[in-house]
Amino acid sequence: MVIDTLKCVGCSDCVVACQTENNVPVGYCRDWITEIVDGSYPNVELELKSERCNHCDNAPCVRCCPTGASHTIEGGIVLVTPDECIGCGACIESCPYDARFQHPDGYVDKCTFCHHRLEKGQSPACVSVCPTNCMYFGDLDDPNSEVSELLKNRKYKTLAPEAGTDPHVFYLI
Amino acid sequence: MQEELFISGRNIPNIDPSLQIWHWPISVYLFLGGLAAGILFFSSVITVMGKDREFEGTVKYATLVPPIALSLGLLALVYDLTHPLYTWQLYMTIRLESPMSWGAWVLLVVTPLSFLWVLSYYSDYVKNPSKRIGFVTRLEERVRPYRRQMAYALIPLSVILGVYTGILLSAFNARPLWNNAILGPLFLTSGLSTGAATIILLSKSTAERHLFTRIDLALIVLELGLIIHMIMGMYAGSQVQLEAMHLLVGGEFTLMFFGFVIILGLLVPALIEVMEVFGKKVPAIIPALLVLLGGLIFRFVMVEAGQITRYLY
Amino acid sequence: MGTTTGLGLVPLGFENSGPVKTPLLNRTPTYCEVCFWKCAAWAYTDEAGQVIKLIGNDKDPHCFGRLCPRGTGGVGMYSDNDRLKTPLIRTNENGEQTFREATWEEALDLIAKKFKEIGEAHGPESIALLKHGAPGQHLEHLFKAMGSDTIAEPAYAQCRGPRETGFAATFGSWVGSPEPTDIRDTKCLVLIGSHIGENMHNTQVQEMSDAIDNGATIITVDPRFSTAASKSKFWLPIKPSTDIALLLSWMHVLIYEDLYDKKYIEKYATGFQQLKEHVRTFTPEWAYTITTIKPADIRRTAREMANASPSVIVHPGRHVTWYGDDTQRSRAIAILNALLGSWGRRGGFYFKESIKVPKYPHPEYPHPKWGWHELGKEYPMAQMGITTEVIKASIPNPDNPYPVKAWMVAGTNITKSIPNKKLLEEAIESIDFMVVMDTMPMDVTGYADVVLPEATYLERADGIRSATNREPSIAVRLPAAKPRFDSRPGWWVAKQIGERLGLSGYFDYEDYEEVIQWQLEKMGSSLNELERTGVKMFPRKSGSMYLDEEGNHEFDTASGKIELYSQELKNLGFDPMPVFTKHPEPPAGYYRLNYGRAPMHTFSRTANNPNLNDLKDENKLWVNPKVARILDLRSGQEVWLKNQDGIISDFAIKVRVTERIRWDSVYMVHGFGHTNKKLTRAFGKGINDTQMISSVMVDPIMGGTGMRGNFVTILTEDPHKTIEL
Repeated sequence: MVIDTLKCVGCSDCVVACQTENNVPVGYCRDWITEIVDGSYPNVELELKSERCNHCDNAPCVRCCPTGASHTIEGGIVLVTPDECIGCGACIESCPYDARFQHPDGYVDKCTFCHHRLEKGQSPACVSVCPTNCMYFGDLDDPNSEVSELLKNRKYKTLAPEAGTDPHVFYLI
Repeated sequence: MQEELFISGRNIPNIDPSLQIWHWPISVYLFLGGLAAGILFFSSVITVMGKDREFEGTVKYATLVPPIALSLGLLALVYDLTHPLYTWQLYMTIRLESPMSWGAWVLLVVTPLSFLWVLSYYSDYVKNPSKRIGFVTRLEERVRPYRRQMAYALIPLSVILGVYTGILLSAFNARPLWNNAILGPLFLTSGLSTGAATIILLSKSTAERHLFTRIDLALIVLELGLIIHMIMGMYAGSQVQLEAMHLLVGGEFTLMFFGFVIILGLLVPALIEVMEVFGKKVPAIIPALLVLLGGLIFRFVMVEAGQITRYLY
Repeated sequence: MGTTTGLGLVPLGFENSGPVKTPLLNRTPTYCEVCFWKCAAWAYTDEAGQVIKLIGNDKDPHCFGRLCPRGTGGVGMYSDNDRLKTPLIRTNENGEQTFREATWEEALDLIAKKFKEIGEAHGPESIALLKHGAPGQHLEHLFKAMGSDTIAEPAYAQCRGPRETGFAATFGSWVGSPEPTDIRDTKCLVLIGSHIGENMHNTQVQEMSDAIDNGATIITVDPRFSTAASKSKFWLPIKPSTDIALLLSWMHVLIYEDLYDKKYIEKYATGFQQLKEHVRTFTPEWAYTITTIKPADIRRTAREMANASPSVIVHPGRHVTWYGDDTQRSRAIAILNALLGSWGRRGGFYFKESIKVPKYPHPEYPHPKWGWHELGKEYPMAQMGITTEVIKASIPNPDNPYPVKAWMVAGTNITKSIPNKKLLEEAIESIDFMVVMDTMPMDVTGYADVVLPEATYLERADGIRSATNREPSIAVRLPAAKPRFDSRPGWWVAKQIGERLGLSGYFDYEDYEEVIQWQLEKMGSSLNELERTGVKMFPRKSGSMYLDEEGNHEFDTASGKIELYSQELKNLGFDPMPVFTKHPEPPAGYYRLNYGRAPMHTFSRTANNPNLNDLKDENKLWVNPKVARILDLRSGQEVWLKNQDGIISDFAIKVRVTERIRWDSVYMVHGFGHTNKKLTRAFGKGINDTQMISSVMVDPIMGGTGMRGNFVTILTEDPHKTIEL
């Protein structure tokens, strides 16, 4: 997933769309918006971006799960099988992005990149609703995909790369 | 001035404003697990070395604690789970990368073993034959010959039990306070030390108490060394580790950490034990209790403080 | 489900395999009512008939398949259990005023009875309608049938009225809604206080994003570092209330540096020489002393705009009722656009067109003796009802020839939209009868004699949407779910009241879908088609979207040309060209109260919506760090506000210390501080900025109420505690 911070206005449409698409209970969220303000009036800078589980390649949450409920499927998407999750909370402790949370039903929940939509050829709910079109989703292994092209042509960053998790959500800056 | 905020109203229970996923059950379990590991280690080593008759307190009376501690600990763990009906899933797979998985399996083996150990001394607890229950005595007869084998098995198992809790925490690179390799040996040492303290408490022979006082003293010194090592490591670490260390040194947890864990839990008992070694008479109960207290508080501090430290926001 | 004829449902095999398995979802075409943009959408319902999610209609030029957060969160409007559930009638219980639940029969009978009484005693004109949106449409029809043209909406005098008049005086055309700004092709977008990105004007935000992708320059003029400012090449942190000075100096630069579109002005405009003479002394240096924007920056931005001409937009804004000279400021913006040659050009403003939806046959409306026009006659260029005039006319006054005796309020929370609470409450006390129709127990319902629970837009049918755009389009709204509790659609309420007043001739249908069907057939389509597609496009009939450079174009002004010098204004005794007037500044210890929008809320309407409340449940007071240091404020601290007239806020607000606001102002998002306890999520959260707006600067040209001239001081101790003693 590639997100263009130059276009994001922080409207939180991605948050609501994810909630209605994935039945996330009110009070919980799988994605969220952060705002970073730097400088001093009138020389101010603002960065807005939408964050979620980064579906890391070196996911600590998958490593530490004692039952294997937390697993990676083909394509690099990290998922949780609710019926295998015991709710021990190890994965929540291990995520440097605090992307996971305890669902009121007991198991651990997080962004799934809407893989139930991907199976039908649709993009994740957040990507398809964003009114600034600042979110892109695709196959990074395909050098001709839109996301690959964007990463080739623009400056980008990931969150907390020093945590060593190899996250797969890239922010264009 | 820099601002960093959530503007989509994120306020997830137990995650924001800081992580509160693991509460007192986890700290209690860590303490009890370490305690059981320590006791089982010492009793197994003594049995294997053939000194079990000499040190009856260790092998017979102190070992009454691990079954209780492990059962309580397990109950605490399951109580802390939010999806407990699926606990059996832990035993459907062994995940070598997950210290929690090792822990689950080790507990599965060690807990019954600790019960069997106690069972193998049944006759010694209930000295009056007429008060003994028939089938229990029969079970004891079956188990007693294998005590040495159990001891051999328990040595590595108890070490794993003692160290895995530390490795579990240190594997969470998202929590800078825990993410250092010293935590594993530190927890093991602390566990052994609390085990030794319990043995001192429950021992009936002076010789045994003396031996374990010296052992405990050595362990305390080792533990202090490891803690200093850990703090120095964090000083030399990245920004998030520095901030984590500041929680313990000069932050919210300074009193708890330095007051209860270091001073009351390590330095004072060490001092008293040194006095013991030099012949001064001090009731052995005091340093033992202080060590136990220190061990418990140490686990609490690590679990609470660790969850406050984070990489982002 | 939902309709008597079972229309509007198209089963789809759409699976949602999240943790909760919801197999098949049905979808119904609708258009959103959360704000005025009216994006067409599909409402998805599950087998239990509950609305699960809302997704934008791909074909709709208002949203291109992407709803904004309010639209997506519209499910919350449906599921909110704090909704009005039954009609309520005011009674006196044990000496205390309260509401009792009533049946629809009772409530409607009472309304009809009162309307008849008041109509016979004072004329139907004395019953006023204050409205907004789709429910307003149905009631407007009822009122006109009743013989009342005393109709007004806050959206005119409290919002966009001045710019419509300003642009009409210049180009002969209202700006309209949605604004015909060709942002996606523009090379330079100039925003005067407009905060696109925090206001969620759907296609404008989408197009601004397209413009950013295309490398367009954005210039933002705002005392606050808005989101748009953060994406701008130039942010001019202007001193509040001095915008006209900046606009005049830009005109000066464009004219005297020969940067304006000469051919365009020669061909299409009149009054250039007068304008040139008028702005001679309005140099950037002059503007600097007033606006605190450096002359070099003024020149640089003017040149940037000229460089991009004609693909440049000086955005007219939307909520422009600021300081009372707003029509003139809009005139200045219009003139600037004319100098840049952007009106009617690609990347500037296109010529909008909509298709007329045929009116369902009904008898001719009676002619009222007076209406909004007479009420607003003090404001010669007012082109719609002025709400504040209706309110003033409700207060008994022997000199008032047009007394208003009763109100019906629909779709607007006037306690949050109308400034000067004292005036509003005095008016409400004076009138004989007040009906409020709303979906939620908003603060305004507390003043009513009768409260009617309206079904939300997801549970009813409404008029066909036909708004102006690049190409004409229509969208239908059909009910996606059954009305929850005892709520009813607005069309039904209007019909019921109408029938009781003997006006059934005007409501010759049983179900509003018959009307929609009739209208669609007259337009060459059918209900079937729109059920399947939701949206239909029509070809343009009024000619090209842009000016034909070869041909001539006549503008709808008196002279047929763009009027840089407005004779019309001169004749009415106003400045024919905008001038700068100094406005009051905050006294020592006070800060100017600025307010704005958040992209996840629509005014006060959505504050209680569970999904949207989850995103933002209260507003925060933005305070500059310098001020915070002086007053010793910390982020998250609760403070109260007192304004220049001594009005103290009901509730507290949390401080946000931020570099994004000037030291002489504070900022908060509008729409919070609700006083009705029935709004369980919104009650008591944040401050209602409208409460702090007691000083109103009225625009003499069209009656707009300027609201940005209020100043507040920050109280760190709870002022209400002392009163309790």
